[in-house]
Amino acid sequence: MNTPAPPPAPGKRSLLKTLEIDTRLLGMIGAFVAICLVFDLITDGRFLTPRNIFNLSIQTVSVAIMATGMVFVIVTRHIDLSVGAVLALCSSVMGVMQVQLLPQLFGLGHPLIMPLTIVAGLLTGAAIGALNGFLVGYQRIPAFIVTLGGLLIWRNVGWYLTDGQTLGPLDRNFMLLGGVEGTLGDLLSWAIGVVLSGAAVLAIWRARAAKIAHEFPVKPLWAEGALMATAVAAILGFIAVLNSYEVPIGRVKRMFEARGEAVPEGFVAYYGLPISVLILIAIAVVMTLVARRTRFGRYIFAAGGNPDAAELSGINTRMLTVKIFTLMGVLCALSAMVAQARLANHANDIGTLDELRVIAAAVIGGTALAGGVGTIYGAVLGAIIMQSLQSGMAMVGVDAPFQNIIVGGVLVLAVWIDIQYRKRTGAKE
Amino acid sequence: MHKILLASVALTAGLATSAFAEMTVGVSWSNFQEERWKTDEAAIKGALEAAGAKYVSADAQSSSAKQLSDIESLMAQGVDALIVLAQDTAAIGPAVQAAADEGIPVIAYDRLIEDPRAFYLTFDNVEVGRMQARAVLAAAPKGNYVMIKGSPTDPNADFLRGGQQEVLQPAIDAGDITIVGEAYTDSWLPANAQRNMEQILTANDNKVDAVVASNDGTAGGAVAALAAQGMVVPVSGQDADFAALNRVAKGTQTVSVWKDSRDLGKNAAEIALALAGGTAMNAVEGATEWTSPAGTKMTAKFLAPVPITKDNLAVVVDAGWISQAELCQGVSGGPAPCN
Repeated sequence: MNTPAPPPAPGKRSLLKTLEIDTRLLGMIGAFVAICLVFDLITDGRFLTPRNIFNLSIQTVSVAIMATGMVFVIVTRHIDLSVGAVLALCSSVMGVMQVQLLPQLFGLGHPLIMPLTIVAGLLTGAAIGALNGFLVGYQRIPAFIVTLGGLLIWRNVGWYLTDGQTLGPLDRNFMLLGGVEGTLGDLLSWAIGVVLSGAAVLAIWRARAAKIAHEFPVKPLWAEGALMATAVAAILGFIAVLNSYEVPIGRVKRMFEARGEAVPEGFVAYYGLPISVLILIAIAVVMTLVARRTRFGRYIFAAGGNPDAAELSGINTRMLTVKIFTLMGVLCALSAMVAQARLANHANDIGTLDELRVIAAAVIGGTALAGGVGTIYGAVLGAIIMQSLQSGMAMVGVDAPFQNIIVGGVLVLAVWIDIQYRKRTGAKE
Repeated sequence: MHKILLASVALTAGLATSAFAEMTVGVSWSNFQEERWKTDEAAIKGALEAAGAKYVSADAQSSSAKQLSDIESLMAQGVDALIVLAQDTAAIGPAVQAAADEGIPVIAYDRLIEDPRAFYLTFDNVEVGRMQARAVLAAAPKGNYVMIKGSPTDPNADFLRGGQQEVLQPAIDAGDITIVGEAYTDSWLPANAQRNMEQILTANDNKVDAVVASNDGTAGGAVAALAAQGMVVPVSGQDADFAALNRVAKGTQTVSVWKDSRDLGKNAAEIALALAGGTAMNAVEGATEWTSPAGTKMTAKFLAPVPITKDNLAVVVDAGWISQAELCQGVSGGPAPCN
């Protein structure tokens, strides 16, 4: 990733080393699997049903989208405490646009409402992000202070815009972004699964080709094959699970009634991949490419690892900060879009405490607050782990105070394990 | 495939008829940090256990987004009915939708959910207003009245005021009573009620013979303002706050209308089980057609509250709502049970 690959150890190599798998990632997946199994056991097998996995993936999206951006912010040794508030403001702008302004202009249900609403939300997020970045990068105000101020400011600007009212119902096309309302169905989901699998195989193959071209040592072919097989199995397995969640009969009836038809005998429909989850996957892929393949991404990790060296070597770290915070603002807007569509309303309390969940997800996912280290997939996995913990505890019926106590404990524990791990493996802190 | 489906339908139907033994009722609380819901929970739990059904719950911790996840989780656990104290009357929509899709009945507990598929259960707030006015009117049939209303942002405040007006109107028309002052109380805060009452007393040279206050908090504020002028006049309230009951025992407040949350909880549990057992919403005992202020036609049940005056103070002690010592603190030679 961001650290150069260690020189190949001479002599016999262990299986893990041959596969060149990030053991840290493996540990996180292990922890996630353990959490799932424990909850599944306690809930008599209700936790790992297609239905709950579908719910979990939808519930994770909003925090996970922002967590990918938080990785860049934290890697450059900053912090953003205002993401929940920015989400609320973007949501209120989008709410006002699609509930009050645009329907007056075009009439209810006009196809232009959704794109214009989204553009307005993204512009709002980008503008606030750029302002934050300017204050941090050029005016040298600590990010903690700028965004702590933002935490108080932006949510209340949103409150002012909407008079604290819950805005709804949202535009019909817009609601497709929320989850249950917008799923792809089984056939399209399979198609996307196959495309993603193909892309994963191709990516692994091209990485190998690139290494050979630069005369780097490569894994044996069977190791690459195993990696490809695992990736394909994981992708298709996930799609298969989502595809096996049947649309409840009441909903099917409603869909047919809306079209004025009767439900055909024996009709079954499946949810498949929600659009919101597809958005998250797309964002995670793009952000990973940005982190690894672009100059912008390289600069981020360089500036995070050693800001002085980065500046002396000619990187414009001030402009870099503006770009990073702008990106964070845009991601907040995307997240607001999903969160709002899921609620089918803009509510004044939307995104409350999300800043803490997002930072926790990034940190659990291995982003070091000291800067320079962090991965996008780690942050997404961190968000998934947090959400499974919360949903699982709600399902088991753990008392509300204990739920928060446990999540807090897990956060500290995860960072402690991370520090121990880095000590053992000799990686930098 | 078809046969399996039919068989499973037959099987579930068979199970459903075996009373409520295997039923589970899920409750989604909006904010369990607020003390009062503990009482409701105990009542719901008790009624469910008595019927042999299971209780599961989740606390949304004041987040409408978490409440949506909570309800999804409750449904994934296979609940047969949902009791929902909504954090946001509109944002709860997708959850009601999902429950309707699964054929799970939803009870809007105490707080309105703007959706015709939800069964609205609450106390009759218009009746509360009528009871307040009736008790005050009985104590002061003639004279100058002051109306201390609730929060301007709470629709309940206007329901209450409407009920009060219904009862007072004949006396106003007959010229027996005159409303000399009327004020909303921002956020239901006693301090605001006290300030408003002071202004009204000053403006009317203390010529006030009765105060219709909408709840016990505002009644407390009004009583404090009256006491500062050395006045004792009939005052109404609601909620059976301990301090208010103590005032009733002392004679400085006339009535506190009691909405027994244990009654609400017990009813919710019983209606949940009935609806889960296949009873239609309008077939529930005491159910009525009702149109919400926003125009949603709903099926609702309104429980009758109990006005607590000096004549029936023993009711709250017998029900275990308040101990006799707390009720009668500083009262000597008062009404039963404080004598």
